Amino acid sequence: MSEMAALIEPHIPALRRYAFALIRDDASADDLVQDCLERAVSRWRLRRGGDVRAWLFTILHNLFVSQHRQTLRRGSHRTLEDVEHETGIPSGQEHAVIHRDMLRALAALPEEQQSVLLLIGVEDLSYAEAAGIVGVPVGTIMSRLSRARNRLRRLLDGDLKNEERPTTLRRIK
Amino acid sequence: MMGGMPIGDDDLHGYVDKRLPPERMAAVETYIATHPDAAAQVLQYQEQRQALRSALQHKYDEPVPVRLRVAGIQTERRRRWRRSLGRIAASGLWLLIGAAGGWIANEELTAGRTAPVTAASPSPVNEIAQEALAAHRIYTAEVRHPVEVDVTQEKHLVEWLSKRLARPLRVPDLSAQGYQLMGGRLLPASAGPAAQLMYDDGTGRRLTVYLTAEDGGETSFRYVHDKELGGFYWRDAGFGYAVLGQADRRDLLATAEAIYRQTGDAMPVSGR
Repeated sequence: MSEMAALIEPHIPALRRYAFALIRDDASADDLVQDCLERAVSRWRLRRGGDVRAWLFTILHNLFVSQHRQTLRRGSHRTLEDVEHETGIPSGQEHAVIHRDMLRALAALPEEQQSVLLLIGVEDLSYAEAAGIVGVPVGTIMSRLSRARNRLRRLLDGDLKNEERPTTLRRIK
Repeated sequence: MMGGMPIGDDDLHGYVDKRLPPERMAAVETYIATHPDAAAQVLQYQEQRQALRSALQHKYDEPVPVRLRVAGIQTERRRRWRRSLGRIAASGLWLLIGAAGGWIANEELTAGRTAPVTAASPSPVNEIAQEALAAHRIYTAEVRHPVEVDVTQEKHLVEWLSKRLARPLRVPDLSAQGYQLMGGRLLPASAGPAAQLMYDDGTGRRLTVYLTAEDGGETSFRYVHDKELGGFYWRDAGFGYAVLGQADRRDLLATAEAIYRQTGDAMPVSGR
């Protein structure tokens, strides 16, 4: 295996997890990861040192923003019912219901809050790394993180019943 | 023991994410021992953090599909490259034919003493921003064909775009801002032809510089943004400019100023 492959491959499961959490569709998420890896392989020599993982997440995030935002804008987004079918959690699993509720609530957050919550809470990136990936100052990351956690709590507590369908409402411009 | 700044919401998040320096971690620990509200908040954040991780764990544990193995992607790239060599040879011929045709047409059109491609009436500057935003979104999303003429043919790119915009165009060097030229393309705009130059910062973050032929007076920089995408637009020395990217306003302004400095002085020269 090449040095490049040895440095990139350990991060692929995490890239797939991040892409899936944002898109909630197995095939589209893997398409995005594939585009990310193609770009990473073709730009390997342009990489300016630093952490490979943060670099890969930056590429993935940028691709998500430019490709997926367009799809959302065209209105081919999914409803919460669809999200429910697509959460990919094997039924019968002990915590399946809890997990599904969690992913539904995540899907109801604004995209920018989803990214920050995932990069920091799930992918264990530092605040500075998350700021570099999303392209905003650290202070903005902190306020997004705080808003995301509080909003997620209220969604899970059922306090935001009237926002039950934000995925359909929010994205129509 | 508790010296230093008072404990705030950011500290509670930093504590949950284990991102505080050791002494600050200890300070938060002491604080929540005596503040039940803060303790409850921390516990709730911790549970939520763990619940989100568990909900996604199954995806992390899945075997990676073969199409996402790096070796496979490298092989596929080489195969595509070999296949495209043939096409490049063919398209080179078309480029020649096209260039010859364009040259002849231009000679014909500019034979009379009318000035070529003067923007009939200066288009509202805001229109430039809107068209530049649309062009940015369309072409930065392209993985395989982001530009029409790539940086290896920079001289040709400059000559071609200058010819179509009927004024000497200068490609800004943005390496000081961390961006390398990828190439460019010609686009239709409401007031005539427009050019888009695309740059990349090595992580796939792309920046575009959009130019139209504009004969109106000079304007100041104006800020435009839409979602994560932001930029500045202005009019100067025969061109309308817009520079757009996913960066914060301060960096974008520095980039706009760099472009302004490089393009605005004296008589622009074709090429660099």
